[in-house]
Formats: sequence, C-alpha cells, structure tokens
Amino acid sequence: MATYNIKVNGSSRDVNADPDTPILWVLRDKLDLVGTKYGCGIAQCGACTIHLDGKAVRSCSIPISAVGSMEITSIEGLSEKGDHPLQNAWKEHDVPQCGYCQAGQIMQAASLLKTNKKPTDAEIDEAMDGNLCRCGTYNRVKAAIKTAAKIN
Amino acid sequence: MQKDNIFQTNRRSFLKVSGILSGGLVLGFTWGSCTRPEDIIVMPKEWYDINGYLKIGENGLVTIMSPNPEIGQNVKTSMPMIIAEELDCLWKNVIVEQGALNTDVFSRQVAGGSQSLRAGWTSLRTAGATARKMLVNAAAQQWEVDPSTLKTEEGFVVKETGEKLSYGDLAMAASKGEPVKSEDVQLKDPKDFKIIGTETSNVDLENIVTGKPLFGIDTKKEGMAYASVMRPPSFGQKLVSFNDADARSVSGVKDVFQFGDKIAVIADSNWSAMKAKKALKAEWTDEGTLENTEAHDAQLLALLNTKSETPKRKDGDVDKAFAEADEILERIYEAPFLPHNCLEPMNFFAHVTDDKVDLLGPIQTPQWTRGNVAKLLNRPEEQVSVDMTRMGGGFGRRLYGDFAEEAAEISSIAKMPIQLQFTREDDMTAGTYRPASKYKFKAAIKEGKLTGYHLVGAGVNMGNSTREDNFPASAVENYLVESHELKSNITTGAWRAPITNFLAFAEQAFFDELATKIGKDPVEFRLELFERAKNNPVGKLDYDPEKSIGVIKLAAEKSNWGTKIDGVYQGFSAYYSHNTYVAEVANVVLENGNPRVTNVVCAIDCGIVVNPLGAKNQVEGGVVDGIGHAMFGDFSFKNGRANHENFGTYKMIRMSDAPAVEAHFVKNTNDPTGLGEPTLPPAGGALANAFAAAGRERLYKQPFIQQIKIVG
Repeated sequence: MATYNIKVNGSSRDVNADPDTPILWVLRDKLDLVGTKYGCGIAQCGACTIHLDGKAVRSCSIPISAVGSMEITSIEGLSEKGDHPLQNAWKEHDVPQCGYCQAGQIMQAASLLKTNKKPTDAEIDEAMDGNLCRCGTYNRVKAAIKTAAKIN
Repeated sequence: MQKDNIFQTNRRSFLKVSGILSGGLVLGFTWGSCTRPEDIIVMPKEWYDINGYLKIGENGLVTIMSPNPEIGQNVKTSMPMIIAEELDCLWKNVIVEQGALNTDVFSRQVAGGSQSLRAGWTSLRTAGATARKMLVNAAAQQWEVDPSTLKTEEGFVVKETGEKLSYGDLAMAASKGEPVKSEDVQLKDPKDFKIIGTETSNVDLENIVTGKPLFGIDTKKEGMAYASVMRPPSFGQKLVSFNDADARSVSGVKDVFQFGDKIAVIADSNWSAMKAKKALKAEWTDEGTLENTEAHDAQLLALLNTKSETPKRKDGDVDKAFAEADEILERIYEAPFLPHNCLEPMNFFAHVTDDKVDLLGPIQTPQWTRGNVAKLLNRPEEQVSVDMTRMGGGFGRRLYGDFAEEAAEISSIAKMPIQLQFTREDDMTAGTYRPASKYKFKAAIKEGKLTGYHLVGAGVNMGNSTREDNFPASAVENYLVESHELKSNITTGAWRAPITNFLAFAEQAFFDELATKIGKDPVEFRLELFERAKNNPVGKLDYDPEKSIGVIKLAAEKSNWGTKIDGVYQGFSAYYSHNTYVAEVANVVLENGNPRVTNVVCAIDCGIVVNPLGAKNQVEGGVVDGIGHAMFGDFSFKNGRANHENFGTYKMIRMSDAPAVEAHFVKNTNDPTGLGEPTLPPAGGALANAFAAAGRERLYKQPFIQQIKIVG
C-alpha cells in the first residue's frame, strides 16, 4: 500500500492503494467516481475509458503507480454541467439503451474530436471500434458524434 | 381479479409502498434511483400518495413509480408514460422512480418475454385513471358540484365555467379521499392520447451521460465489503481442497471461505478481492461427465434422425406428402451455445441479518429471486426485500438470480453487507448459456406447391426446441413438428428471444431456399402461404396471418423489394414472436467479392407505439444484436470448460460491423406488444438470404464468420 497524489477532474486527491491497482478501481472504489465502468478488465470493451492528459485510455489496464503527474479526466469531469457537445448530442439522439457503455463511448468520442474536428465515417469507426455496446446503439453513437462535430 | 385487488386495497398497499419509498425519495437525487426533469427546479415540500403508483406534490409535480425492472428496454420511460397519459398531466412535470418489489401493489414485476408493456397496459392505464378520478372527486367536493361535470386538462381539474384547480392544490384532499375502483373509471380513447405516441427521452438520460450512480455495480452501503468468488473451472467438477495463504496476504482481504463447491474472498475493494481470488490455489475433481461440443454435435445430429413418440403438432399425413412429392428439400441448421455478455458483469448486494435480508441489484425477476433467497436461507419471504437498480443489460441472463443467491449466502456467512462482483471471466465461464441446438427441415413440393413440411428440433436442456404453432403451421396441409432434448450439466437458460433467436434464422433461410427451388419470389411465396392460413387454415391457427401479411408488404415496399439496383443484394425474412410481427430486408454489397451488410429495413406491428423514440432504438438494437451473433457468436465447450473467457478472443459486433437500421411501424390502435426481443429473430435469416442473393453459398451454421469472409 502506498499513497499517491493524483489529479482527478481538476482536483488534487490523495489515495492509498496498492501500486498495481488499476485507475478504474481507484476511481470507483476509493474516490466514489462510479461513472467509469468495469466491463472486461483487459482493455477490450472500452467501458472504462477515461482521459489521461486529454487522451482516451482504458483505465482498467493502467495502474495507479503509472499515473504520476498526468491529469485524469473521468466522465464526471468532462463538463461541469453535463453539457459537453457530445453529452448534448447524446441527449438529442437519445442514444442509450441500458446505458452501461455510454460513459466510455462519450469519453472515447471526446478524445477523437479533440484531435480530429471533422472525422469521416471510417475514422469514427476506427476510433470507436474498441468500445463495445452490447445493446447495439452504434448507429446512434455515430450519429451523435457527427452532431457534436457538426457534420451533416 | 388481481387488478381489482390492487386498487381496492390501495390505501393499505400505499402505506407499505410509501414506507419503502420514503428512503428512495430522500436518497434518490444523490443515489440516482430517481430522475428529475431538467426544467424542474423547486421540489415540493410535501408529497401526497394517491395510489401505490404515484404521488403528487403540493406544487403539482408528480412522482410515478416504474414497477418493472429496467434492462435497457426503456420501460422506465414507457411505463410511466402510460400512467401519466391517463392521469392527464404534463410529462415535463413527472419524476420517475424505480419501484421496489411490491406484490401488493404491482403485478408481474418481471423483465422477460417482451411482456412488460403488453401485460402492464391495462393496469398502468387504470392506475393513472383512478388517480385522476380521485383528483376530480376532490375538486367536486371542494366546489360542491357533481364530479361528472368536471374534466381534466394537463394537470388541472376544470369546471364548466372554466375555473381550474391544479393537481397540486387537490393532492392532499385526493390522498384522503375514497379509493376509486378500477371498474369506476373510463380509459381514454387512443385518439385522445397526448403523451403516448410522442418521442420521449429516456428518463435516466441525464444521469447516464454524466456518469451518475445508477447500476448495481455502483452500489455503496455503510460497512459494505466486496466479494469475489472462485467457481469450478469446468462444468462437472467439484472442489476438493484449497490453499488460501497467498490470497490472505493480499492487502485489504478480510476473509476467505468455502461455500458449497465455491470459494468466497471478502475484501475492502473489488481489486483486492479479485487479486486475492487469483492467488487462491484450488484442487478440483471430476464429479460428472466433462462434456464436449463435439460430442453434443454428434448426439444432436442423431436425435434429428430419431422419431418422436409425441410429436408437438401433426396435421394431415407428411409421409404421404413426401411419398407423392415431385421434389423434396431437406436441410440441417446448427447453432452454438452463446453467453449473454451483459456489459455490466453480474453483481448483487446482500445484507443478511438475524431479522431481515436486504437485497439490491440488477435482477429481471425480483419476485422469483426473493422466493429463492428465502428458501436458501430458510427465512420467511416477508423478511426478504428486493430493490432494483438499472441494469447494464439483461438479455435473459438476469432472469436467473444465482448471483443474488450467492451474495445472500456469502453475506449470511460473513455476517456483513456484501457486494458480490463477477469478473468478466466469471461472467463468461459461469453463465446460463443460450443452448446449442440443431434443426432439420424437410419440405415436399408437388406441382410447384409446398405440400408437406416436417421439422425436427434438438437442443441442449431446451425442453421443446420448436414453436410448433408458429408459421408455417396452418398454411401447409401436411405438417409435422417433433422435438428432442439432450440433457447436459452445462447450465443453459433463456437468451434474448429464446429458441426463436436461432429457429427463426433456420426457418427463414430454409424458406428462401425453398422459394428458389420452387421458382417463386421469396416475398410472393410467403404471402401465398399466409393467405392460405388466413382464408383456409389447416388445424389450429395461433397467429394472425393478416398482421404477418401487413409487415411483409410494408417491409417489401419500404425496401423497394424486387427493384434491382446494381451491386446491391437483398435478403428477406419475417417472423412472429413475443406477440409482435416483424419482417426484415437486409441489403448487402460486395467488397472485393466479400459481402458487407449495409442496412436493414424493418417493418413491425407491435400495436400502439408508446414511445417511438425508444421503440426505434429497440428495433435498431435487436437487428444489430441478431446480425452480430449470427455473424460472430462462437462458443463451445471442451472437457466442460468454455472456450472463451473474455472479449480478447470472443468476438462481438462492433461499430464498423453494424448495419444502418430503418424502422417502420404499422399504424394501428391495437393494444401494444413488446419490442425487446421480436426484431432479433428475423435478422440472421435476412442476412444469410442476402448473402445467397449475392451469389455466396447458403449458410446452415452459425456463426457465419467460420464459413465465409465478411467485411465488417
């Protein structure tokens, strides 16, 4: 067990955890930030997607000891009022069914739009293929990304 | 009878409900079981319970309980919409809360069989209408007029003079008034619906997109510990012994103990519990047969050639039809086991104390689970309470409360509140799988007509593997359906659209090939048979051919069936399941000679569409799920052990594989039927038939990806 000072959603937090504890479980069990979901534990489903220094990563597969001074953003910190263009687009398209994968989908899409303001369909597919939606809302996820990116 | 009981006893029931709910109300906004419309700022000072289904605040806000479990089928939005419609209030003034298990007030609190709306339709409307009547009665009393002279309008009771009283002003008096009986209310004419039939956002949308706690896995309770369980690695094995020295040395571990043939690890975090479980060293022995898919395949094929002494249905004389046939077509179709793979792995909270058992979590069958836990712990059912969270998928897996029972047992041994959490590996290897099955279809053709039809089904632990009264029953003179079961120690169960999730593919692929053989257009061929069933049915008719014809024609029209477009190949499929009629056309293109499904046109008759926005989402999801599993779902067993344990090797449909989906609903005012399952069964057939239209070989086995290259 060690103490780590990490930056989460703009705040500095002290966490006691084993060095191998994935960021996912630090967020969920230690910091009560449960919007980031556990789906597979091996970086294959994308439900646990967060941003590390603004870039989408799978929080289930990065230990707390590797975070250092990098800034963690989880779905709870994506926007102050739940009004990030992607969150608004998700609401406009009524994307979710069960809803479990959606925070991961949004975080992945937010990372995409940071570096690629107007992605093509193929680029959206490529960026989003790591995020499973067991309910099959892929068409709405794609439509919402395009709305947020103002692509007709 | 049950319906009357609900409303006649609502006063008493109501107190029980409000007892349960008062906690939910206080905690709701922070815990997330409760959803508040964005535009409501002021919460009422007081809530007045009108009946077990709803309560009204002095400022006119309405809280509606959603009785059924929410697994993504959107009943938490659509069921309260039905109540609000009859209450005659504005939807923007409605707050929705998930109801707890309460058999005194609610009926059939189950998410299964796509039956929530169909079974709840009348009782939900009646709940809204009786509440409305109580408000009207309260206004009549205040104004000293005959209640029959009053009407309601968007949350107000209105006098003939135009004078109005808001529901908020009347709530207290109404809550003290005489309960209204269900037979004393008149339900709205569907043409007057204002909420039903409007595109309404998912009530949990805001909480979902901002990551609020909603799901079972998000549960946090005072003093709670986390449990991870090691189960036998193979079906047919039991525990001999284990060494927990390394597991106990993992920081945060509180306890390790055996229960049955399983080992529980209790820790102060999920990570510690999971890590410690991996450090356990257990020895297992074979208790029964360690089964293999290869052996199942041989046994199921043998069963397809076995005569059943008790056919499921027999019309006419198939032997004679085959003897007299000009041509016979015979095909065998094969399906693997499938895991459900809900994205939220199984989990449950249990707190077992001397005098009560509190259960909370994602469960499709709260009532059944309460009974099973009571029995397991030898407690009266009254001691067991079940609260439901939103579920990260169900698909049938959460009909089985084995995880809730495990949580309860662990809590009773550990003597502390427990959150049991499956890993993905636990979830995929300790499942209740879609059973493997095989079907043999045989058709007699004489003078270009289908004169005989023989179906034999065989499935693992499947009971009746057929739907003997479904089409083409009643449409063929000589008809025989038989079923066989292969018993196995691998746990199997309902998987979205049980039986028909594969049977429909097999049947609809067979019909496509049959139409080709007879030389008829696949749509025309089906329509002719349905006309026969409609005009002159053979034997018992158990479906509505008119509705089948309706969706077939609608799908053909919307897909421009029969209009050749260069490079686009179409496949047709139609299936009736869970009381809903569906027809689908898959459009396929070839890329470097390999097929890619671009879009699927779907026509649906589910009666009144309560929430078109959610309904379309269900249709899209069902089609994508059906196509995904038909293409990729590969699951088998070797020596009792699953061949996949996580998504690294087990392929599921992803964004780039998914076709666009168009939904077209038949417009009518029939009572609604469900949508969670019915669009899945026809999807695989539409796809395979489109592949065949594109000149690819016909497919008889799922997953398709094992036989042909598909562009995803």
